[in-house]
Amino acid sequence: MTENSSVKITTSRLNLQECYDFVEDTSCGGIALFVGTVRNQTQDKEVTLLDFSSYEAMALKEMQKIADKALNDFDILKIAIHHAEGKLTIGAIPVIIAVSAPHRKAAFEACQFAIDTLKETVPIWKKEHFVDGEVWVNATP
Amino acid sequence: MQIQVLLFGITRDIIGENKLSLTISSGITVKKLKQQLELQYAELNKYNYSVAINEAYAENDTEINNSDTVALIPPVSGG
Repeated sequence: MTENSSVKITTSRLNLQECYDFVEDTSCGGIALFVGTVRNQTQDKEVTLLDFSSYEAMALKEMQKIADKALNDFDILKIAIHHAEGKLTIGAIPVIIAVSAPHRKAAFEACQFAIDTLKETVPIWKKEHFVDGEVWVNATP
Repeated sequence: MQIQVLLFGITRDIIGENKLSLTISSGITVKKLKQQLELQYAELNKYNYSVAINEAYAENDTEINNSDTVALIPPVSGG
């Protein structure tokens, strides 16, 4: 973790205030937040819960790479990327991205970059549980 | 040489273990490793999985050496 970034994977409940407090700074004109939430259905199938697992050592490194690139490529001040692990029920929060910047455009852009890249590169997997079964998301033959 | 391969997501279900002990020739490439695994676990071949070495994504021509930490990375789905 660098001074301007906070990356974390935890089995505890994610804390929105913690992310906000980390990025908050008097030189910032705005803070962008992305909060992922577990929705109750996928392609018309009712979801009961999502089970997240990770390759934690590598996932933290990949999350740090995203934070470093965001700090380098956008005019932002601080970034927090926190992800939850374990079983999450409907409405729970699997991921939070918080970005502070002098101006809103960079905050929005860096926030979008971070969540989009996380979904592509960070070794975290979710298994969707339905009433009648379960499936690893994205792993279709 | 003997290596440990860490398994995650659907590769864990296919192989039925969290990690796998494997005997390979020293300096074998990632591509060869995948071929060797798929001979034993044909189901793997259906998925577009990556291989990580020492906690970073490896290319097909990356060589695997004795002290490397190797992991199978099926399509990720975080967020």
